[in-house]
Order: sequence, then C-alpha cells, then structure tokens
Amino acid sequence: MAKQFLKGNVAIVKGAVLAGCNAYYGYPITPASEIAEAAAKYVPEAGGTFLQAESEIAAINMVYGAASGGARVMTASSGPGISLKAEGISYCAGAELPCVIVSIVRGGPGLGNIGPEQSDYNQIVKGGGHGNYKTIVLSPNSVQEMFDFGQLSFELADKYRNPVFIMADGFTGQMMEPVNISEPKIEYPEKNWAVKGTAETSDNLITSIQLAHDDLEAHNEKLQKKYSIMEEEEVRYEELYITDAEIVLVAFGIASRVVQSAVEELRKEGIKAGMFRPKTLFPFPKKQISNLSKRAEKFLVVEMNNGQMLDDVKLAIEGRKPVHFYNRMGGNVPSIKEIREKVLKIMR
Amino acid sequence: MAKNILTRSTTFYDEYYRKPGADKKNTTYCPGCGHGILHKLVAEALEDFGVRDRSIFISPVGCSVFGYYYFHTGNIQAAHGRAPAVGTGVKRANPDSIVISYQGDGDLAAIGGLEILHAANRGEGMTVFFVNNAIYGMTGGQMAPTSLEGQVTTTTPRGRSIENEGYPVKMSEIIATLDAPVYVERVMLADTKSIMHARKAVRKALKIQIEGNGFAFVEALAACTSNLRKQGPEAMNWVKEVQQKIFPIGVKKDISDDFEAMRREHKKVKFEELFDLLDVHELNIDKEKVQKYSDKEVRQHFKIAGFGGQGVLSLGTVLSEMGMRHDYEVSWLPSYGPEMRGGTANCSVKISSRKIGTPLVDNPTLLVAMNRPSLDKFEDAVVPEGIIIYDSSLIDRKPERDDIEAIALPATKIADELGNTKVANMVIVGAINEKLELLSQEVIMESIGDVLKKAKFVDINRKAIGKGAEFIRNMG
Ligand SMILES: Cc1ncc(C[n+]2csc(CCOP(=O)(O)OP(=O)(O)O)c2C)c(N)n1
Ligand code: SF4
Ligand SMILES: [Mg+2]
Repeated sequence: MAKQFLKGNVAIVKGAVLAGCNAYYGYPITPASEIAEAAAKYVPEAGGTFLQAESEIAAINMVYGAASGGARVMTASSGPGISLKAEGISYCAGAELPCVIVSIVRGGPGLGNIGPEQSDYNQIVKGGGHGNYKTIVLSPNSVQEMFDFGQLSFELADKYRNPVFIMADGFTGQMMEPVNISEPKIEYPEKNWAVKGTAETSDNLITSIQLAHDDLEAHNEKLQKKYSIMEEEEVRYEELYITDAEIVLVAFGIASRVVQSAVEELRKEGIKAGMFRPKTLFPFPKKQISNLSKRAEKFLVVEMNNGQMLDDVKLAIEGRKPVHFYNRMGGNVPSIKEIREKVLKIMR
Repeated sequence: MAKNILTRSTTFYDEYYRKPGADKKNTTYCPGCGHGILHKLVAEALEDFGVRDRSIFISPVGCSVFGYYYFHTGNIQAAHGRAPAVGTGVKRANPDSIVISYQGDGDLAAIGGLEILHAANRGEGMTVFFVNNAIYGMTGGQMAPTSLEGQVTTTTPRGRSIENEGYPVKMSEIIATLDAPVYVERVMLADTKSIMHARKAVRKALKIQIEGNGFAFVEALAACTSNLRKQGPEAMNWVKEVQQKIFPIGVKKDISDDFEAMRREHKKVKFEELFDLLDVHELNIDKEKVQKYSDKEVRQHFKIAGFGGQGVLSLGTVLSEMGMRHDYEVSWLPSYGPEMRGGTANCSVKISSRKIGTPLVDNPTLLVAMNRPSLDKFEDAVVPEGIIIYDSSLIDRKPERDDIEAIALPATKIADELGNTKVANMVIVGAINEKLELLSQEVIMESIGDVLKKAKFVDINRKAIGKGAEFIRNMG
C-alpha cells in the first residue's frame, strides 16, 4: 500500500483504473475537466480507450455502446452536461448497463457558476432522466473516498448491472489530500450478456424497449426488485458523536466536512451535537435516520442547495422530531461559525 | 436478380421470435418500404462474407427500431440519433467486431447530425446505412430534414417552404467533405437495376470495414409507401423522378484503393504494472527522522495568497505534502476558476495531528501575503495571536493589526539574489517551517526533489528554503 498526495479529480481516475476501468468517454466542463485529463493520461496507458466526445450526449451514448460491448466504462461531467446525459442515463438504466457517471456539481441553474454547490441532488438521486429508474449514488467527502468510490462504483455497477453515480462537488474535486492506495479486492463477473461481436454473443440484445404493456410492467417490477435489494444491502453512512447527541446534524459531501468541524467546536462548548452523513444518497439511509429520530431530540440538515436532501430526511423522520435547515447557495460554503450559531439558536 | 435476394438470408432469424404477437414470419415494414429492401441487401452481404457472428447491428429510433427482430447478429438498440456514438463505444470495446449503424433521415440528419459527423470524421470502423425516405415514417409522416421543397407532410401542411424550413439536407455530400470516410455513395431503391446497384454499394461498404476497418457510408433513397400514399411502381417512380432530382445518386467519395487501415488495438497491461503506470510509488521516508515531529500536537491553518505565477498554489502543495510525509493529516484547497482571473490566486492549507474537518480556511493561523491585494483582503481574517508573513519586497504597507505577529520577509528580493524570482515561494516555505518549528528541515531538503518533480531546479529550491529559514533565525 502506497500513500500519495492527490487531487480528488485525479484520485477518482486512479481508483477507477485499478478497478479495471478500460474506457472513458467525456466532454470538458469545469470543475470536472481534470477527471477527463487524468483519464486521458492513464486509461490508454492501462490498455483502455479514452475519447473526448463531441458532446455530453455523444459521450453517454458512447458509454452505452461500450457498456453494451462489455467494457468497464465511465464518464464525468457537471450540471449542464449531466442534464444532457439524462436521456442516455435513462437508457442505460432501462437496458441494465453497468457504467459509472461522475458529477462534480457546480452552481446552477442554467450556466450558474463553477463554485461548489449540491443543487443537483434531486437531478442525480431522483433520476433526472425519464422513467421508473434508480441509480446508486455515492457521495464522497474526502480525496480518499474519491479514490475508494472510484473503485467501489465499478464493483457495484457490475454487481447490479446498473449505472452508478459518484456525486461530488467543485471542492472535493479540486482539493488535495493524502490517499492510501490499495489493491482492489473486486470480483469481475463474466459478462455473457454483452454484445461483443462473437459467435457466443450473437444472440444477445441490448435494448430498453418493451412494446407490450405487460412486458414493460414486468421489466419495471424486476427493476424495482433490484432497487429494493440495493436498499437492503448497499446503504453506507458515517456517524460522529452520535450516541448521546441531542441534536443531529445531517450533511453529505463537502458540507459534512464543515459540519464535522462545527460539531467538534460545539462539543468543546458542552453542546451534545452529533453528525450523520449519508455516503450513499441512493440507497438513502432511511432506517438509520428513522431510528436516530427515536432518540435524538432535534435535527439540523445542512446543505449547499435549496433543501433537497432535506425532503428525504423529513420523510425518514416522519414528523417525529423537528427538522431544521441551514443552507448556502451559489458556490458559497457554510462556515463553521454560521453552523455553530444556527445550532446555538436551535438549542436555546 | 441474384437468388440471394429472393431467398431468405441466414443472417435473418428463421422465426422472428422477439416480435410480439402471433405472426413471427412477416416483418413490421409496409409493403414496398425501402427498409425491407435494404435489410435484405445487408443480411445477404453479411452471410456471403461470413461475418454474421462478428456483426453488431445497431437499430435506430424510427421504423427500423426493431432491426433486432430480424438480424441474427449481436444487437443494440440506440437512442434517437445516437447510433454512431453507440457504435463508437461498442467498436472500441471490441475492435474485431463488424459494426453497422443503421439509421433513418430524421435520426441521422436531424437529431443525430452531430454524432454522425464526428463518427465519420474519426473514421470509426463502422458501416453506416442511411435510409433517406424524406419523411418521419415511424411517427406518422412529419417533415424530415430531407423532405423536398413543397412536400406536404403532417407538419408542413402547406408544403415544405425554403423560407421557413430551409433546404433539404444532403448528408452524403457533407460526409464526403471529411478526410476520414473511405467511401460515400448515394444509391436508390427504385427498380431492379438500381437495387442491384445498391447491392454492390452495400457489399463494398461492408468490405471496407471487414478488410480495412474503414468508415463507409451508403445513403439509400427509398420510398415510405405509407406516408407517400403511393404504392408499387408509382412510389418507385417518385424516388427516381422526384427525389433523385434533389438528391443525385452516385459515388461522392471513394479512396478505397488507397487508405491506411486504422486499427485501434489496446495495449495489453498486467495488473502488477498498473501501479507504475499510475505513477503510484512508495514514499521514500526515513521514519526515524519524522518521528519526533509526528508525535507533536499540531493544528495549523494557512491561507496563502498572491498573484498567479508567484507559485502560491505550489507553496501550498509543498507545505502540505511535506506535512503528509511527517504523518500529519493535511489538506490543500485552491481557489479556482473565475476567482483565478484577474491574476490573483490563493489556497487553503491545513496541517493537523487530528482528522481535518473542512479543508476551507476562513480564519488562518498563518497568512502568507505575496502581494498587497492579498494582505488587504485577508488581514482581518487572521485569528488573534496569528502570524502574517508578507513579502516586504513587493508590499508597501505593514499589517495594521496589533494582535498578530507580522513578519516582513523580503522573499522576492532574496529569490532574486539567488538568481530566480520564481523561488520566492520556497523562501517562504523555509521561513514558515523555521518559525513554527513544524517539520524536519532535513526531510524537507531530502524530499523537495520528489515533491516538486522538477529535478533540474532542486538545488536552487533547496537554497531558497535554507535562506528563508536563515532569515527567521537571524530575526532572533
Ligand atoms: C429524443 C426523441 N425524440 C423524438 C422521438 C420520436 N421519434 C421516434 S421516430 C422519429 C422519427 C424517425 O424518423 P426517421 O429517422 O426518418 O425514420 P423512419 O421512420 O422514417 O425510417 C421520432 C421523431 C424519440 N423517440 N426520441
Ligand atoms: S411507415 Fe414508411 S418507413 Fe415506416 S415501414 Fe411503413 S413505409 Fe416503411
Ligand atoms: Mg425517414
């Protein structure tokens, strides 16, 4: 195991390549371009394909083609580009193609700006494209997790034959931290369903069409079953100072790093604050938050958007306890001081 | 007519088992439809060339969306217009496959205009069959980009007008202007003779992929009998006499006698080689030398700011990477994007003996100001009892606060004396380390080459670090 000082956007590519990523198709957009740049450097070196596509639409459809052909493929973009990929992601989900999509979220709506926001939670977690589909969404908050999830995403994509998102933000992509580089322990399943241009695969079909209503309903039911298995087996989260917490701060991604600092300061002042951080946004740690709400008295959701995960937290708590909200938008990151003051106000 | 066109090709499934309903023998195409004719030509060629097993047929969105009912090949159904992108992905993943992108005119010339252009321009090893029937067949007869002037469709009830909808798009001519395509021909499916000619074009286009992995493009003028409301000879005549006037048939480009086969093979790499290829190497650190530092309780938050080009960001990465080599928790966060325009840059660095929360530094324990705007901007943010190191060779004022320690370090002047302005940032690294007694100077000197990855400048950077430390020592 080696230790390396890496940028988030580079770590994710190193993780992916070690997990067998052998194809990358993308289109540049700040703050995700460095992922394409790192992929351009490393993926061909490792024996794979890198191609800068003519658009995000083309890129996701190349991903669709590569995944159809059995490649371990990824793409990365940010808000406007993810919007363009939406149709293709829906196709990948419908055709049950394993692939990895990274979104380094920037400020929106429209062209917005390139600061860090979390405003694409709904776009990414709730679908974004059309139809009854879900993608697994991993939410890293450190460079180590950018690397780890670069690997994990490929494992999960293959395990479930499903697109997997990594949702990060401008800061997590840009920052550098030490990363422990480990060998992946991954099973590489045989993809005998893929279309490879061989006699054995010449009866295979990749499609999302089911013309007969009953067939499409059955297909959708099968997909929902798969999603409920994910909800049973793939929930990941982190807790901090949670056991005796009177107020639980819920945050994901970069916001959780600030919350972590704020909670530590509050603890020094004798306030029993704790942090709960979903690492998977789908499947969302519903049960865990629900259980917490039977103990902790108050909740504060901190997000860099207009309150998107907030809805999921409220749904999990089912009105049992008050859920407060603190947010910043536009590329601003909440400060430790702001969060601390918000908590003090709630606890007064 | 050759027997193969009349008998059913073995490329087709005997029974269209994927087709819903009781009828598994007949296609979904209307009688006389160009798709049915072109399917037969393609199927026959794949059989004759013995490549059915290796073939991957990509169905578009349009009347040929169910190509996979018929072709016993690998099949992929693509989103509207994106077949050439899908083809690119699957071909690159399987360089030995034979990829067919089969598309209608709405699919290829309207919504998918960009994908076909770029796949052609890259010379992807695929064969494109493009059915120009001057209409959106599947959706019930709306205008296509290839509809003719005056043509009445459901969305051009007064006829296509040049004024409102523009001219019919001539894709073959456009594709033929590109460098990579090997062969571009427009054919028509209008009578036995023209179909026999089309057969040749189909075979040639596939051969170019099979033998040389080249990109070939065949546009087939065809009747959509349903939407034209013309059958048999009348429909055929329309193709020949009306459509062909605007879309002249013929070879638009052919370099098949002389082109370089573009093989897109992948390097074979063993897993063990990956770490090296990814620039991952074990750190070369003498644990004993860093031990007494890593046992120390440290919590430093730096803000480092100045002009772009002064090495502000690398000052930060050197500091934090050195911190990592002493087993501290570290983080580095740059300003990026528009913040960087107008020439200023800054970064947040944390070095801590405990896990780091936010990597953003709002209130630094130590501010490095390499220019006046940085001092103006961040002076007030420094924590009480904090430190400000400012480049006194460039900044014409002193910090105003009296609850901090201000160190006037002529970093640029010192760097100039060493012979390279650019090492001013390393002078500051040396000063910071000496002032805070943070890290082992010996380890910094030993690993600066590794960290900077610029072997050539190691000496002068070492000297600069030494000078910065010396300056602090001499301050007493
Ligand atoms: C993104 C998207 N937009 C629109 C459609 C609806 N649609 C289906 S087929 C078609 C037109 C197909 O026309 P063409 O490519 O000419 O094929 P033809 O049926 O004439 O062979 C359209 C607009 C769709 N399926 N997807
Ligand atoms: S509608 Fe037109 S294009 Fe579609 S099958 Fe019928 S004739 Fe062919
Ligand atoms: Mg058409």
